[in-house]
Amino acid sequence: MAKLRQKVLILYLSNSALDSNVRGWTIYDGTGKETHTTGDSSEPPYQTGMDALLDGWRVIQFPQLIPPYPGTEYTTSFQRYEYIFEKLEEVN
Amino acid sequence: MIDKQYLLTSRQMAEFVARGFLRFDQLVPDDINQAVMEAIDTGTIRSHPAGTPLSQCYPEPSPIGKMLRMPEIQGIIHSLVGPDPLFDHHAIHVRQPNEGKAQGMHGDSIIDTRMHFDIQIMYFPHDVPLEMGGTLVVPGSHFRRINEMDIARYQNFVGQVQMVCKAGSILVLHHGIWHCGRQNKTDRKRYMYKIRLNPRVRQLRLWNTDDLDNGYKEHQPIFAGEKRDDIQAILAKQEPWFEDGEGRLEIVNRVKMWRFLTGDDNFDVHYWLTRLENMPENRLEMA
Repeated sequence: MAKLRQKVLILYLSNSALDSNVRGWTIYDGTGKETHTTGDSSEPPYQTGMDALLDGWRVIQFPQLIPPYPGTEYTTSFQRYEYIFEKLEEVN
Repeated sequence: MIDKQYLLTSRQMAEFVARGFLRFDQLVPDDINQAVMEAIDTGTIRSHPAGTPLSQCYPEPSPIGKMLRMPEIQGIIHSLVGPDPLFDHHAIHVRQPNEGKAQGMHGDSIIDTRMHFDIQIMYFPHDVPLEMGGTLVVPGSHFRRINEMDIARYQNFVGQVQMVCKAGSILVLHHGIWHCGRQNKTDRKRYMYKIRLNPRVRQLRLWNTDDLDNGYKEHQPIFAGEKRDDIQAILAKQEPWFEDGEGRLEIVNRVKMWRFLTGDDNFDVHYWLTRLENMPENRLEMA
C-alpha cells in the first residue's frame, strides 16, 4: 500500500491577497526526494500565491490580519503575509 | 587624523542606511590576504577582551591588524562608528567542504533596537565563487525587529545578495542585518573573518559630508515618476522582497536614522514623516 508524505511550501507575499506577488519562499519536502536550504535559489517557485494554487498546492494557512499594538504602528518585523501550502505525495 | 579621501561619502552613507551594508571588492592587497590565510591555518589569530579599544588589538606583526590599519578600512570604520571604536568580538568562520546544508537565516547577537549601531566587518581573504557559499545578506533587513534565529525558516528572498567575490573583498554590515553562511558545495574549505565594533562617540556626521549641498533635503514631488539618484532617492528605494506596506514603513525607518546621523530633525523623504508630524495647534481667529 502506498504511503503518503507531506510537502510544505511557504510563500511570503507582498500583501494579504493570495494572488499578490511572491517576495520570499521556503520548501520542506517530506518525501525526501528534494532537499532545500537557506540561500539555495534566486528565483521564486511561483510568481504569485495563486500560481501555486493552480499547480495543485493546497493552502493550509492564511496569515491573520492583526492590527498593530499601540506604539508599534511603524515597527517592521517578520514577513507579514506568510501563506503555507501543502501537497501530499505517494512514496513507496 | 584620517585623510578625507578615505572617508565615506554621503551617498555611501545613505546606501548603508537604506540597505544596511556596504560592499568593497578587492580592497585588501594579496600579500595581506595570503598572510591572513596562513595565520588562519596556523591558528595564530588571537582574540581580545570585549571592550578593548581597537587600537590596542592585533599588534604588529598581525596580518589582521595590517588589514584593519589600512587607511581605506580605517576610513570606513571612522565614517560609521568613529575613531578607535571598541573591539566587541571576532570570529573566524569556516564552512566545511561539501556540507549538507546552509546556516539558518539569522541576525547576530540578540535583538538590538538602538538607533546607535555597531558594525560588523566581514573579510573574505580568498576568492569565493557562487558554489562555495559566500555569506548571504538580505538588503534592508536591519530595522526588522527579530531575535537571532527567529527567522531561520526563511530560506530565500527576491533580491537577496549572495556574496560572490574576489580575494580581499569586504562587507560592512549594520548589526541588525539578516544573513547566513550559504552551503559550501566545493571540495575546499571557505574562510571568512568577522569583527564587531562598538562606537565610542555619538554617530553624528562622522563621514565626508562635502557632498551634502543645501538643496539635497528640499521637498520633492511625490510619485512624480522621476528617475533620480540623489540621497532622497537612495533612501526611498524599495528592496524587491519588501511587502507593499512594510516597504513604506522602511522608508520611515531610514528617515529616522538619517536624521539621527545628520542631526537634522526636519529631513524627510516623500513627506512620509512631515505629514505625520503636522499637528497644527494655532487657532483660526474668526473675523
